[in-house]
Amino acid sequence: MPATAMASRWRFRQPSVVPGFGMALGFTLAYLALIVLIPLAGLVWRSASLGWSEFWRIAMDDRTVRALEISFGTSLIAATVNVLFGTVVAWVLTRYRFPGRRVLDAMVDLPFALPTAVAGIALTALYAPNGWIGAMFASLGLKVAFTPAGIVVALIFIGLPFVVRTVQPIMEEIDREVEEAAATLGATRWHTIWRVILPGLSPAILTGFTLAFARAVGEYGSVIFIAGNIPYVSEIAPLLIVIRLEEFNYAGATAVAAIMLAISFTILLLINVIQAWSRRRFGYGA
Amino acid sequence: MAPDTALMREDATARVAMQATTESRRSRIALILCATGFLFLFLVLPLAAVFVEALRQGFGAYLSALTEPDALAAIRLTLVVAAIAVPSNAIFGVTAAWAIAKFEFRGKTFLTTLIDLPFSVSPVISGLIYVLLFGAGSALGPWLQRHGIEVLFAIPGIVLATIFVTFPFVARELIPLMQDQGTADEEAALSLGASGWQTFWRVTLPNIKWGLLYGVLLCTARAMGEFGAVSVVSGHIRGLTNTMPLYVEILYNEYSFVAAFAVASLLALLALMTLVLKTLLELRFSSPHGVARH
Repeated sequence: MPATAMASRWRFRQPSVVPGFGMALGFTLAYLALIVLIPLAGLVWRSASLGWSEFWRIAMDDRTVRALEISFGTSLIAATVNVLFGTVVAWVLTRYRFPGRRVLDAMVDLPFALPTAVAGIALTALYAPNGWIGAMFASLGLKVAFTPAGIVVALIFIGLPFVVRTVQPIMEEIDREVEEAAATLGATRWHTIWRVILPGLSPAILTGFTLAFARAVGEYGSVIFIAGNIPYVSEIAPLLIVIRLEEFNYAGATAVAAIMLAISFTILLLINVIQAWSRRRFGYGA
Repeated sequence: MAPDTALMREDATARVAMQATTESRRSRIALILCATGFLFLFLVLPLAAVFVEALRQGFGAYLSALTEPDALAAIRLTLVVAAIAVPSNAIFGVTAAWAIAKFEFRGKTFLTTLIDLPFSVSPVISGLIYVLLFGAGSALGPWLQRHGIEVLFAIPGIVLATIFVTFPFVARELIPLMQDQGTADEEAALSLGASGWQTFWRVTLPNIKWGLLYGVLLCTARAMGEFGAVSVVSGHIRGLTNTMPLYVEILYNEYSFVAAFAVASLLALLALMTLVLKTLLELRFSSPHGVARH
């Protein structure tokens, strides 16, 4: 049959009467290459031309290792806090009706809309020892701003919507009948939540965690104001890149950036694996 | 009587079913308090702090901070950068969505992943790649210098970094939307004798206008607020290459807190406006979060 012969032949695209494919794809690829791919390739090429031993020397430098540890450590804590509270926020916003719910729902996106520098100085003003919240901590003898705890606060702020907005749509899709079935079978409410609802949400929660974590690792604007930026204590990896650039140490900046990029892309890959797995397991992506 | 009691019974079963699928009143209240308390602490208070700090020395000081020549220059530059970056990315977004959503071809998923790439790159690295490309140590650097073309520490560099950071916004909103819409409308228009461009302007564009507006809105908010990427390529020349967020940083580091928060309050107002418009657009879409994924 000619039809099956045509279908089985390898072809770049399926035939269509809609025009403009060549032009649209051509423009897309050209723009993508000019803005994203060539500059990123430049970074990879630059770090490759450093040579393995030079790259290794910079990567294993005490200050670099410490900055990466601080970045990834604080991001991990912030993403964990966001998973706990973000899931509760998503639950309350989808399941309960109370005055002010719509406003709160809209407010969740504030960290997406508010410029990071503004968030940074606002959080610093709040958590500085003379700020509204900082004063309360100060009376307990605790310091938040200008310590790693301040970094965590800023990263919680910018990561929150990632968890809420990933979990919320999946929560809305949950079939109430499953919960009713669990209840008729004698499960208590907490039992139903732990054994029935949360397992179905876990891929979405995991995706939200990964997105919040990935964003937190690269975050710069909101953190540098509140962190205090003390080398080896509260200096994050993106700041170290900026410092190396200001010293005209391009090799140093490039090496730190390449390490961060490699880790971010691994995380991105992980998200795709989680989503593919969850589609197979639960029939929907997160 | 009979239908009445049947109704009552149905009502009662519905209530029992509701009770079985929700938490006790006490834990509901506890959860609501926990969520609102957390959002208040992390979202409402910082926003309030911006305005309180900005107005700390009265409205006069606030206004004079905003009408400083350097502040006006920063506002102007921010608007110029957004006016170039947003339309570029909007045109790219529509074109990319047209190619990806209206056609079936090999490597489509990979192309979509590549378009999303800038979202997973740290803003600082987004700036760094242009420094490496156009800086003094690069292959292009000396050539640009000989021809007197300034890219880094000038407006073109800021625009490029902003385009990179906001690259996926419009495409990302339009691709799923146009995939859902399919090609039936376009095929109908073409079969009735419309040309390709007519089909695009009269059929496709009206179909995607709200999604496009949504993407443009998010893109604009990010373009005006971008800090990290722009900070790396700008060179912080006062009155020349300072956008509003960079100007906020400079004022803050000079301990002019009221002025810093005054400029920041403009950006915060912009963010609030974005949220309001976004909520309105979502009501129009009537799909609360389907379009809001980042």
